Amino acid sequence: MDAALFWEMVIKALILIFVLLTGFAYLTYYERRGLARIQSRVGPNRAGPAGLLQPVADAVKLIFKEEFTPAQAYKAVFILAPILTVVPAILITATVPWGGTLNIGGREVSLVIADINVGVIYIMSVASIAVYGVVLGGWASNNKYSMLGGMRASAQMVSYELALGLSFVGAVLLADTMNMGDLVKAQMEGGWLVLWQPVGAIVFFIATLAELNRAPFDMPEAEQELSAGYNVEYSGMKFALFFMAEYTKMISISAIIATLFLGGYDGPFVEQTPLLGPLYMFLKIFILLFFMIWIRASFPRLRYDRLMAFGWKILLPLSLVLVFITATGILLEMQWLIPVLSLVAGFIAVQSINLSLRRKANAR
Amino acid sequence: MTTPYALPEMSLDEVKHLVSQRALDGETVLLNMGPQHPSTHGVLRLLLELDGETIVSCVPDIGFLHTGIEKNMEAKTYLKAETMTDRLDYLNTVGNNFAYCLAVEKMLDIDVPPRAQAIRVILAELQRIASHLVWLGTSSLDVAAMSVFLYCFREREIILDVFELVSGQRMMTTYMRPGGLWRDVPIEFDNAVRNILNTFPQRIDEYEALLTKNPIFLDRTMGIGKISLEEALSWGLSGGSLRGSGSDWDLRKKRPYSGYEQYDFEVPVEQEGDVYARYLVRVHEMRESLKIIKQALDTLPFGPVRSSDRKVVPPPRSEIGESMESLIHHFKLWTEGFSVPKGSVYSAVESPRGELGVFLESDGGTKPYRVHWRTPSFNNLEVLSKLAKGLMIADLVAVIGSVDIVLGDVDR
Repeated sequence: MDAALFWEMVIKALILIFVLLTGFAYLTYYERRGLARIQSRVGPNRAGPAGLLQPVADAVKLIFKEEFTPAQAYKAVFILAPILTVVPAILITATVPWGGTLNIGGREVSLVIADINVGVIYIMSVASIAVYGVVLGGWASNNKYSMLGGMRASAQMVSYELALGLSFVGAVLLADTMNMGDLVKAQMEGGWLVLWQPVGAIVFFIATLAELNRAPFDMPEAEQELSAGYNVEYSGMKFALFFMAEYTKMISISAIIATLFLGGYDGPFVEQTPLLGPLYMFLKIFILLFFMIWIRASFPRLRYDRLMAFGWKILLPLSLVLVFITATGILLEMQWLIPVLSLVAGFIAVQSINLSLRRKANAR
Repeated sequence: MTTPYALPEMSLDEVKHLVSQRALDGETVLLNMGPQHPSTHGVLRLLLELDGETIVSCVPDIGFLHTGIEKNMEAKTYLKAETMTDRLDYLNTVGNNFAYCLAVEKMLDIDVPPRAQAIRVILAELQRIASHLVWLGTSSLDVAAMSVFLYCFREREIILDVFELVSGQRMMTTYMRPGGLWRDVPIEFDNAVRNILNTFPQRIDEYEALLTKNPIFLDRTMGIGKISLEEALSWGLSGGSLRGSGSDWDLRKKRPYSGYEQYDFEVPVEQEGDVYARYLVRVHEMRESLKIIKQALDTLPFGPVRSSDRKVVPPPRSEIGESMESLIHHFKLWTEGFSVPKGSVYSAVESPRGELGVFLESDGGTKPYRVHWRTPSFNNLEVLSKLAKGLMIADLVAVIGSVDIVLGDVDR
């Protein structure tokens, strides 16, 4: 590794972190304004033009707030927990390609930080670390509400993680690679994977909502039940770190969904002008984030045992079947079979949810 | 682990009689839910005994919002005491005035002109819709459907605007007075109410579109917090909580007052007795209230809005300058107040939450000797300890929302 490569890496990483952290701040603004529009309110509009300085004001406020630690908290874990949550949220984006290769001053610069051949597995493993932060934070606060929140988070993790992993498999099989960059290239040639495996994309999206603790799966924080759950004892920057982790992760997960299923930086004319790549990527992330906000505005929260039932009884069998369908389609060299059969499987899954609801309605 | 200061040893003796032996052994967890908790609809404290997240027992602890309204009313003249009633159930201010005025009128044995009766019905039904909107908003917020909450409050504003139009106050109106109303409604009243009649049906459809068939909402509400008709009756439930269990008991039908018998409306009833049934009943009730308002507004008679009994109702301002007798009446009414014949009376109305009754006892003076309110929230809250057993925390929150309590109404 020459010095230039080292500096290239450092600069790319710094730019990415900068983008993620400002992105996180403005995502809170985007969410608050978006929710406000959906709920016929105005949203933050006081700080700066159209409220654009609101994230800055929030950050300043949180920095100067008292860092309160409960008397009987386990201090070391209490401080470690937010860090444990926020670091994976930033790390996770390292393997995501933001564009093709740029030619800067005669030097080929690829717009990905770590172009490793097991990118998908890297994402899987790093993403799962974050739940430790939530569980430990809930436990270390020595508060019954946060303890319950932490408990819910761990119960939630075991029930969606399998479905999440299996829906990765569908994409990996179709693209025949675990490298995120090659995944995008495969989609540029063979069409976006959301067209080949639409149900897999939806399962993945649902499972990531649970991974993110986003509505309707936000049981660990559930302010109506646990009055903030795992982070109830946190204040100041420690609280901000939890918040930062959630919103940074929203961006990273959207980037991953975009890469896996929506063709990554693929778009019209991206081969001629590689600079368009990041632009398409941001556009796709923006749309996916809007979906997350939209869902939060519309849906009630599930009960956490129902989420587990949903994860084990619907999502897991469905994603197993999807893997089977994908593998069969590839083996028989009949690619057209995959979307058709998976749509059928998805339809059956939805019907079984309806059926269980109808059974419940009859039994009441 | 050391603590910087000695924490007071928590004594289990205080709660010993409330919890099971398992909690004393440390096998189950005691959790204080409230008084400051976002979903207890005010300052309600619930002492929960939890096995994991399953509730073993739930003991409601009330009294955090005690304002001594009943006792305060005894120290005020009948007219002044009415202002206290607004503060009871702060989502049903007009309805509280209504119950109180009916009781005083019953004791005085005075008639209320038909126009006043019809306006009272219109306002009471508007208040019912406003109260149900707050209930729908908050109870759907309890299951985290947050947009419905804001939509409901948007519509409630329109109704509060009507109250402001007629009385100058948005919540604590005290617009109904013993013997009629404070004054006639302004000319814009008709248009304002018709505007509500035109817009609300679609708005209620919108809420239903968000909730009624939503799989997650169904999953959260169906079969949760079930109570059978027998139990509901023996716990003394009333209102939507009782009608969700299969009884069609509604005072507006069974003991009509203020001319409710003239209007054609249904009493929505559901059989299942769970959270979803209570939801359906209350949403349907809003539509029925709109029907009543429409009929009352279409047939609104002309005429006076106050009884002509000068011993109770103050004379119009214009008469005071001309008639000595009016001046005397006015002076007597605003200083001493009117006296009420000796005796006692119980009068009840159907409030949005159920049977709201007031017991008044008079010793013949100008202040009530004893006032007691039979408030629906109090009875509806009692049943919570029974419903909560075996539920999870998330369900408990939904159940609290569905029995529709207002803590001001519970504590008085």
